[in-house]
Amino acid sequence: MRLSTKHLLGIRELSPQDIQLILDTASQFKEVLQRPIKKVPSLRDVTIVNLFYENSTRTRISFELAEKRLSADTINFSASGSSVSKGETLLDTVNNILSMKVDMVVMRHSATGAPHFLARHIPAAIVNAGDGINEHPTQALLDAFSIRERLGTLEGKKVAIIGDIMHSRVALSNIYLLKKMGAEVTVAGPPTLIPKHMAEAFNVRVEYDLNKALQWCDVANVLRIQLERQNQVLFSSLREYNLAYGVKKSLLDNLDKEILVMHPGPINRGVELDSDVADSKQSIILQQVENGVAVRMAVLYLLAGREG
Amino acid sequence: MKTILSGDQLAITIKRLSHQILENSVDLSNTCIIGIQPRGIWLSNRIIKEIQLLLPQTKLLYGILDITFYRDDVRKELHVANQTDIPFSIENRKVILVDDVLYTGRTIRAALDALLDFGRPEKVELCVLIDRRFSRQLPIQPDYSGKAIDSIISQRVKVGWQENSGKDEVVLL
Repeated sequence: MRLSTKHLLGIRELSPQDIQLILDTASQFKEVLQRPIKKVPSLRDVTIVNLFYENSTRTRISFELAEKRLSADTINFSASGSSVSKGETLLDTVNNILSMKVDMVVMRHSATGAPHFLARHIPAAIVNAGDGINEHPTQALLDAFSIRERLGTLEGKKVAIIGDIMHSRVALSNIYLLKKMGAEVTVAGPPTLIPKHMAEAFNVRVEYDLNKALQWCDVANVLRIQLERQNQVLFSSLREYNLAYGVKKSLLDNLDKEILVMHPGPINRGVELDSDVADSKQSIILQQVENGVAVRMAVLYLLAGREG
Repeated sequence: MKTILSGDQLAITIKRLSHQILENSVDLSNTCIIGIQPRGIWLSNRIIKEIQLLLPQTKLLYGILDITFYRDDVRKELHVANQTDIPFSIENRKVILVDDVLYTGRTIRAALDALLDFGRPEKVELCVLIDRRFSRQLPIQPDYSGKAIDSIISQRVKVGWQENSGKDEVVLL
């Protein structure tokens, strides 16, 4: 069994079999992470560079831990403090790093398509750790893993993705993945933050009423309001957004079932998610982070094996 | 195709292996049996069943171990990972590793590495159904062996179990 692709650029390029293989492999890695020695020697001959052109806490630490738990050698690169500020191009930077015998590149970039561009020009395997407003495939995989862990399967489950759909790569990757694995998806949020023609383009439901979306779903994946990507006023104030679209305890208590609450982090407490919801037992936010390491181990392991 | 062990012979061999394990393990409460995934667990399941018939009062510790992530050929060939389940500590215990066929010894090397990540056992022994002797690539020998055979590289030993292929038998292809 192997993946059908040499790189992980997005969920869009994966087949349902690929996704299944990654999630199944991740379950085995999750068991490894419960052991007294949480480390396996699989990738001890592999060197991986973490190329971060954009800020990150969770994803970067998670990838680095995953690499270390697989015994790979790692190098960290962040654009700030590097020669990027002296004007070096992306391709030059990467080729310079690769000439020091690096096998894989984990990359985050604010430009959509940056990892796809690199994949066309360099021989190393590339893992997209988030590119602009396009995709964040490992986040979608760990979200799916967390849902599967709690609900047993993805097939037929109803997932509401709530908030800033327009600027969210997490939303796009999640939609691709959930649809491929047979789940139902609703995107919910203010009309200004949901692109036009979503329903036709992705075969998802669009809902502008938060309460209706919550009533419909088994899982609510709440997204962060991405102020850094908004260059125009799309809603009047954060306070007003919270009033209309913030997920609150009172809303959840009024539902006739207990839904799972997820968030890819970092949380804007009191904006898209209230603190009492984020810290409640319905929230699996910290389990998502825990599962992230196992899922990334699976991706790196399967791609490294794909090379030979 | 040549039959190495028929169904009846296989049953007798498993009985003998189980008796030998008991004979050699004075303190059963401090002994555990660990089957190697994926094919070793068919044999270890049978051995556990046999020991439970012989000593119904004893509860033997039993685990299964997957060695996929410890293989030395990860970059050459990917194998599907299987479940590992060792629900007890192996620290200072005697561990009996169980696999169906011992060939190059590389699987057992990986299993030893995997096992040591769970703690430091007092002793590790190896039990196999078929020992393809003279074909080892590493200095590893079994403590309990069902049957030793001579074979060449192009041949393959196939172990069939009632539970997975509908028939108990060992054949040389």
